[in-house]
Amino acid sequence: MSYLLEVKDIVKDFPGVRALDGVSFGVNTGEIHALVGENGAGKSTLMKILSGVYPDGSYGGQVLVDGGEVRFDGIRAAERAGIAIIHQEFALVRQLSVAENILLGGELHSGGVIRREASLAEAEAALKLVGLEINPEIAVGRLGVGYQQLVEIAKALRKNVRVLILDEPTAALSEDESRNLLAIIKGLAARGVACIYISHRLGEVLELAHRITVLRDGRTVSTEEKTAMTEASIVTRMVGRELSGVFPEKESGTGNDLFEVSGWTAEDPASGMRVEDISFKVRRGEVLGIAGLVGSGRTELAMSLFGAWGPGLAGSVRLDGKELGITSPRDAIAAGLGLVSEDRKKFGLVLPSDITTNVTLASLDKVAARGVIDENAEILAAVSYIRDLKIKTPSPEQRAVNLSGGNQQKVVLSKWLMTAPRVLILDEPTRGIDIGAKFEIYGIIDRLARGGMGIIVISSELPEVLGLAHRILVMRSGRVSGELDGKTATQEKIMTLAACA
Amino acid sequence: MEALKQSVRKNIRSYAMLIALAGIWLAFSILCGPVFLSPGNLSNLFIQTVTVAIVACGMTLIIVTGNIDLSVGSVAGFAGAVAAVLQVRYGWGTAGAVLAAVAAGMAVGAWHGFWVAYKKVPAFIVTLASMLAFRGLILGVTGGATVSPLSGAFRAVGQNYLPDVFQHPGSFNGSALLLALAAIAVFMFFEARRRGERLRHGFEVPAPGLRAARLILVSAAIAGFFGILAFNKGVPYSLLLLIGIALLLSFTAERTVFGRRLYAIGGNSEAARLSGVNISANLMALFIIFGAIVSVAGVVLAARLNAATTSAGINMELDAIAACVIGGASLMGGVGTILGAIIGALIMSSLDNGMSLLNLDITYQYVIKGLILLCAVWMDISGREK
Ligand SMILES: Nc1ncnc2c1ncn2[C@@H]1O[C@H](COP(=O)(O)OP(=O)(O)OP(=O)(O)O)[C@@H](O)[C@H]1O
Ligand SMILES: [Mg+2]
Repeated sequence: MSYLLEVKDIVKDFPGVRALDGVSFGVNTGEIHALVGENGAGKSTLMKILSGVYPDGSYGGQVLVDGGEVRFDGIRAAERAGIAIIHQEFALVRQLSVAENILLGGELHSGGVIRREASLAEAEAALKLVGLEINPEIAVGRLGVGYQQLVEIAKALRKNVRVLILDEPTAALSEDESRNLLAIIKGLAARGVACIYISHRLGEVLELAHRITVLRDGRTVSTEEKTAMTEASIVTRMVGRELSGVFPEKESGTGNDLFEVSGWTAEDPASGMRVEDISFKVRRGEVLGIAGLVGSGRTELAMSLFGAWGPGLAGSVRLDGKELGITSPRDAIAAGLGLVSEDRKKFGLVLPSDITTNVTLASLDKVAARGVIDENAEILAAVSYIRDLKIKTPSPEQRAVNLSGGNQQKVVLSKWLMTAPRVLILDEPTRGIDIGAKFEIYGIIDRLARGGMGIIVISSELPEVLGLAHRILVMRSGRVSGELDGKTATQEKIMTLAACA
Repeated sequence: MEALKQSVRKNIRSYAMLIALAGIWLAFSILCGPVFLSPGNLSNLFIQTVTVAIVACGMTLIIVTGNIDLSVGSVAGFAGAVAAVLQVRYGWGTAGAVLAAVAAGMAVGAWHGFWVAYKKVPAFIVTLASMLAFRGLILGVTGGATVSPLSGAFRAVGQNYLPDVFQHPGSFNGSALLLALAAIAVFMFFEARRRGERLRHGFEVPAPGLRAARLILVSAAIAGFFGILAFNKGVPYSLLLLIGIALLLSFTAERTVFGRRLYAIGGNSEAARLSGVNISANLMALFIIFGAIVSVAGVVLAARLNAATTSAGINMELDAIAACVIGGASLMGGVGTILGAIIGALIMSSLDNGMSLLNLDITYQYVIKGLILLCAVWMDISGREK
């Protein structure tokens, strides 16, 4: 019997990089097939070949559907063959409404005129498939990343898919939403849709997948039944060595007060989002975790503290007891704050520029004298972060747009580490990062904290918050709903505080 | 071999433009005969390129930030008119008149900067308004008449050549020769220094063969360029001005904090803002600088024509933007080089020059230029996808 979809000996070169070097595997009808591997292993590249983003002729090897070779000349050709992809980086038109996005490319019309009511109904039906209850007429750009991802999935589900490719679909989702999505995927598989599922969350992979293929450096390491694998055996195959995935020991006694926020209120009239009356302290050397559901106002809190979010601010922020009057990110950086934002493409990277430029962007003063940049100092700085954070790239002159998602995240992190902030706010710092690199980043957070930095980690991954934070703040609907001690907190306690009362 | 391939691939953009330029020159030398490639015609072509090239250099930075300036033709004409009127009607000296024109240009730049950077009106609209307004103001300043003649010193900016150091009555200009040698020496010096520093830090350096090829090619280009001038009347002042502006802006773009921020603003303004870049202040500064550059171009134009006319600078914005885009600048922002813009400007004026040598009907001249712009950008985009 032939596979529904199969690839054989796929090779794909980019200038200076061989991204894929002989990958083969197959997917059966109704199978959930997980694809795992380190950042830069070639997962996204492979999926872009399968979905026609990289057309026939730009790669070597064969793609077979129902045992016959296919050659896609574009995304539409792949879609006609029943293959749809949900990209790691979102592909929604921010200005268009949710409904317009869902129907984009397959509009309901009569004689070229959009049938508005029918479209809305159809969009609502698609949204229901992902359990999303929002007004389909609002612009996608006004939704948070979590909702955008669900809209994107709804969009793909509407097409008649035989093979659905999901490239890190849960990276942006909260636990609840992830579980919801996993259930949806299982439902699809039960209806005979084959799913190729890429994720760095191995727990999810083991729960969901029927079979697992591991990629390393562009090659297939193995394809095996889920039952034959454990988290440890996957990791070993991914990185080629054993890895002890433990959180760094938390230092018990932390220093005196460093950063103090009291009565903080911020409102963005455009989106109607607000955070209200938030007060907390971060001590020197302390990691403060902030948990909460998507939409609970965590990102808005971070952005507003950093001077990067709408007007309507009230309350006070103190560093070392001194009141900071931050009105722009520039003030915030000068005062010693850093913010790794959750959306690297929108807020983090200058995509057409190279790694070096991106790493030094927020601290050009450190590599420049009298306004003139010292090229060598700059490259040295970039090279040191490439080494420390193990960024996979042929050179520091590689453009950010050509890096894999996880490596892009590391570049953003490097940029903020280079500013040597006194208080570092990390909004979903390990989104899209492989397990090895994740623990490297945990190690870095620990090292920075031991060095006296105050760190705020916003994360939807509860084990991450629990493993890292000395104290945990839980947010709900723009307010603090409770505070927990890092030692005694549990997932259940956090969820209780986070869930809408 | 692999290294060579890589380097070619990496620099394909600038090679492609040079190849296009060479192709155009070759085509015209076949169509027009030897006159096209004669030192006399080529020097002339360089001089014709100067004003647009000066503007294109600055326009590249504007485009890099994701903005555009449609007003450059009108503003250049206006600046030229201001200088000419001050001299001809009010008896100002050349230095005073030129400085006043540059000050006027900077004021216009500040006006644009105010609306674009602080009031967030799209640059397309702000400068479209100025394109109209300043075409009108030219009429106001000149009273609708051509203003001439200008004094000798003023004309020299656009028409005169660097004096020949050797004073020999022959066919050959010694100053051009000396400048060529100096330029090659400076180039070699900086190349060697950069290589030395990179080696010292253990960074990758080009393979020896590649490096030799690069040194020889660039030196040959410098020698060829000054050679053409040497066999004609020497080095025009206006060309020196262009070279000076181009070097300064290239340095600004590639090596300064200011330049770096301009690229970041165009590449992703949100990321730039969150990285502490003061977007409004940087854009304001850029527009003021660009205003000065445009007014210099206007002064050179008036000096070359020995007059300020009401139609001076018409269509200059289109030539300048075309030059930037042919030179690889992306209208999406974040990408573009000064050298590219100059080569682009040279391509545009080569077309003008060659087609008028051929006595081609002006109708076809416009059509052909338009089509070539379209093809150049299309080839660039399809090349980039591979
Ligand atoms: N357009 C491109 N140009 C050059 N190199 C590229 C390009 N796209 C990807 N690469 C390189 O190919 C390799 C594989 O990238 P890919 O995005 O497939 O990795 P990935 O497995 O999806 O990683 P991640 O988990 O970080 O998303 C990386 O080294 C990356 O830098
Ligand atoms: Mg990827």
